[in-house]
Amino acid sequence: MSRRASWQEYQKDIAADKYYYARSCIRQNFFPGSEKAFLDILSNDLGIDIYDDPLHTSCTGIGYHSDVVPLETIMTVVARQFSLMAEAGYENFISSCITSFGIYNEVLATWEEFPETEERTRKYLKEATGRELVKPRSIAHTSDIMFHHRHAIARKAKRRLVNVMTGEPLKVVEHIGCHYAKIFPKSGIGGSEFPYVLAGMIEAWGGDVVDYPERRHCCGFGFRNYLVQANRGSSIANSHKKLESMAPYRPDFIVANCPGCTMFLDKWQYAIAEMDGTTYGANGKGIPVLTYEEMAGLVLGYDPWELGMQFHQVDVEPLLDKLGVQYDPQAKYLGAGGKYIGKPAPVAVNCESERRLYEIRR
Amino acid sequence: MRNLNFGYGISRPRAVDLDTNDLRKGLDIIAEMPELQACIGCGSCTASCTAGNITDFNFRKLHTAVRRGEYKGVYEALGKCMLCGKCRLVCPRGINTRAVVMLIKRKLGDF
Repeated sequence: MSRRASWQEYQKDIAADKYYYARSCIRQNFFPGSEKAFLDILSNDLGIDIYDDPLHTSCTGIGYHSDVVPLETIMTVVARQFSLMAEAGYENFISSCITSFGIYNEVLATWEEFPETEERTRKYLKEATGRELVKPRSIAHTSDIMFHHRHAIARKAKRRLVNVMTGEPLKVVEHIGCHYAKIFPKSGIGGSEFPYVLAGMIEAWGGDVVDYPERRHCCGFGFRNYLVQANRGSSIANSHKKLESMAPYRPDFIVANCPGCTMFLDKWQYAIAEMDGTTYGANGKGIPVLTYEEMAGLVLGYDPWELGMQFHQVDVEPLLDKLGVQYDPQAKYLGAGGKYIGKPAPVAVNCESERRLYEIRR
Repeated sequence: MRNLNFGYGISRPRAVDLDTNDLRKGLDIIAEMPELQACIGCGSCTASCTAGNITDFNFRKLHTAVRRGEYKGVYEALGKCMLCGKCRLVCPRGINTRAVVMLIKRKLGDF
């Protein structure tokens, strides 16, 4: 099948309005600003109806992939989320997490293939919560939604992904979470081979997408790779492989649509710098890793500290300077109401001068 | 870099990278003993090996590694071979395996 034919096959219908928002466990802990930014961009900037339901729970996907949550349990949890959506009067379910997105698709596909599992789940849901299962009309990941509205965002953009010092487009590495389209290729825009969801945003907002050899390699999170400490060498080796492969292209930043990938591509840079002194960005620093909401937020002129960019392990200031973003360095570690939230100790991945010292020693 | 103990390291890939490996020694060995290319990797040499029976010595693994340009530890490992020649007797391709051992040791002596 030609690439063009394959591309036609892997398009999906994305609802334009009225979304029921399901949050992500990892993102609420590590990138709390991103989910808020998504809600703000959609409701304030684009005027779209999106419902952030306080009643929904974790999808239990991490427990499921770690073999501590049984299939029947996760199906019932998913069924409850869907029934909450119906009760709130929505039909378009959108999930902030790639793992959850994979879980929702997997559960719906299982119900389709094995109708007896759906019947059992209906029974469990009724017994446990008294609710009726109503399946959603459409399921999408929040990056699909951002992709769908990328031109509307570009029209409202305060800046583009361009280096203000040189006038060149920024070189952006995009990383798609494995559970976005590698489990069910038809669930993603462009399938598992040519996922276009982040590349589309980058191109619409003026950046250049970097095509490097290990572009589709996993970040290494993989649940079991990471959750057992003895296996973490395998997890970090995957990120290491990707970073080694992308570094010669000198990317300005990395953007990912998966909570785990964003976290690991960011934090493993810290670990690699501490373990063997290697950093991959310019001037001996790391490569900043952004969520797509942060990228959209910067394009729309949001304050980087409001977007929660101080929570990143790799400092984002070099990127903000390239974009020409005005920010207050003193406000970086001030939380809500101007309260000081604490400052991390200096680390190798962010320290230009220390890095040079290591090089001399080596 | 502060020598933190993370409790794990970066696992090195086990993939053989023919693009970056130095193949010169391997190609030298093949040039001197082209019959080695007839090896089908059946493992009879290793199965019949007396040294392999009592140690982790594995002749098939070693000469395959050398031909792929991976020489680390091969010279030392070949020191376990007692040159009894049983592997030569069982080789279905008639390769003079005993001579291969000697040749690899000679070529890798300076590694």
